[in-house]
Amino acid sequence: MPETATLPTRRDEAWRYADVDALARIGAEALDQWTEMAVPAGETHRESFIVGGDAPELRRIRLVLSAGARAELFVTNIGADYTRLEVEVTLGKGAHFEFGGITIGGGDAVREFVTTTIHAEPEATSNQTVRSVHWGTGTGNFLGEIKVARRAQKTGAAQDFKGLLLEAGASANAVPQLEIFADDVKCAHGATVGQLDESARYYMAARGLSPEETRRLLVQAFLGDALVELGDDAERERLLEAALEKLEERK
Amino acid sequence: MLNIENLHANVGDTPILKGLTLEVPAGEVHAIMGPNGAGKSTLAHVLGGKPGYEVTQGSVEFRGGDLFDLDPHERAGAGLFLGFQYPVEIPGVSNVQFLREALNSQRKYRGEEPLSGGEFLKLAKEKAGLLKMDMEMLKRQVNVGFSGGEKKRAEMVQMGILDPKFAVLDETDSGLDIDALRIVGEGINSIMRSPDKGVLLITHYQRLLDVVKPDRVSILADGRIVQTGGPELALRLEGEGYDAVMADA
Repeated sequence: MPETATLPTRRDEAWRYADVDALARIGAEALDQWTEMAVPAGETHRESFIVGGDAPELRRIRLVLSAGARAELFVTNIGADYTRLEVEVTLGKGAHFEFGGITIGGGDAVREFVTTTIHAEPEATSNQTVRSVHWGTGTGNFLGEIKVARRAQKTGAAQDFKGLLLEAGASANAVPQLEIFADDVKCAHGATVGQLDESARYYMAARGLSPEETRRLLVQAFLGDALVELGDDAERERLLEAALEKLEERK
Repeated sequence: MLNIENLHANVGDTPILKGLTLEVPAGEVHAIMGPNGAGKSTLAHVLGGKPGYEVTQGSVEFRGGDLFDLDPHERAGAGLFLGFQYPVEIPGVSNVQFLREALNSQRKYRGEEPLSGGEFLKLAKEKAGLLKMDMEMLKRQVNVGFSGGEKKRAEMVQMGILDPKFAVLDETDSGLDIDALRIVGEGINSIMRSPDKGVLLITHYQRLLDVVKPDRVSILADGRIVQTGGPELALRLEGEGYDAVMADA
C-alpha cells in the first residue's frame, strides 16, 4: 500500500528537524519501503544494528506485537550524511517495546530517530532511551510519539532523551508527543541537553587523564544508558565501540 | 621539591593569592592552616591547574621544573596529586575503570609500561585494604552515592594507587568521624611518609595533625604566608585562635 508519492516538508511535524534536501537525494520511493514484522504472542524479537554511512539513508521499520510479545531494538546511528530511522510499533495486550538509540557525529549531518508507539491494548509497556553526542554543526534528533488508545488502560510508557554537545554549533532536539485517550496510564518523558561536566573534566585531569581520554570516558558513560537493557554483551560492546570510533574522528 | 615564589593568582577578576612564598622540600609534611577565605583552596587549585584560576605573577617549581609549563593531567603524570575538598561524582564510570585508566595514562606520560588488569586489581585491593575500604566500593561508580566520609577515604585510596611524589591535600579531614580520621591519617603516613615525597596538608583542625605529624606549619592569611613554625604552632592556634597568634607575629 503506497503511502505517499511526494516528499514531506519541514512543516510536517514528523519531519521538522529533517534534512529535506538529503531526503530529496534519497527519493520519494524510499518512503514506501517499510520493513514489516509481526511478533507472535509471547515471543521476543531482538535486533541491534548500526546505521549510517557517507550517503543519506532512510529506514522504516514497522512492528506489530501480539499479546505478551516483546520487541527490543538497539541502534547506533553514526551517519556522516542524513540518516533517519523510523520505527512504528503497535503493542498488543501486555506487550513490551524496548528501544535504545545513540546518535553521534560532527560535520553538518542530521541523524534522527522517529518512533511511533501505539498502545492499542491494555497493560502494554514501552521504554525508550536515546543519547545524542554531537560536535561541529552536527545534529541529533529524537521524535517520539506515543499514542494510547481508549481501551489501553494500565499502559506504561517512558521516553528519556539526553543530548551532549561537545562544541557550540552542534544541536540536539527532542520532540515527545503524547496522545492519550485512556485514563489509567503512566507516561513519562524527559529531555535534557548539556555539555561535558567541567568539574568532572578537571577532576579527571587531576588524576592524570588527558582531555581526549577524559572525553572518551565521559562520552562512553553517557552513551551507556542507551544500551543498559541490551542483554547481549558482545552486541552492546559492538554498538558502543562504533560510537566511540566515531568520536575518535573528531579532531 | 615544591618551591612557590611570590605567587599571585586571581579567581575571575578577584585577586586571592597576593605574594605567597613557600618551600616544601622532599621528606617534609607541611601543614597550612588559616581562617576561612584566606586562599587555602585557591592555592590547591592553582597548583592543580583548575580552569578559571589565573596566575598573574610569581612561579612554582616542582621537582626541578616549572609547574605552570604543564597541563593539569601532565602535572599528575609528573607526580602531583590533589586531594579534593569536594571529590567529584562521575556517573557511569567505575572507580576501577577510572583509576586504571588514570594510572596507565600517568605511566605512559612517564614512559612506563601499563599495568595489566590483574596487576591493577592486586594493587587496588592492597590500597583499599590500607584505608579499610571494601573492594566492592571500588567497583561502584566514582563517588556516586558515597557519603562525605567515604569520598574522602576514596580519595586516599586513589592516592595510594596513583602513588604520587607530592600530595596537596585540601581539607581531607573535613567530614570524617573520629575513627575515619585516624584511618585516613594513617593512610597518609603510610603512602606519603618517605624521604623522596612531600605533602602540603591544608586543614582547619589539630586532630588530623595528631596523626599526621607535620614537620612545619604555616598560617595562610589574606593570600600570603604570614607565619611559619614547627608543630607547636598548630597547637597554639588550636588553643588561642588565629587573631591572637597572628597579632603576636
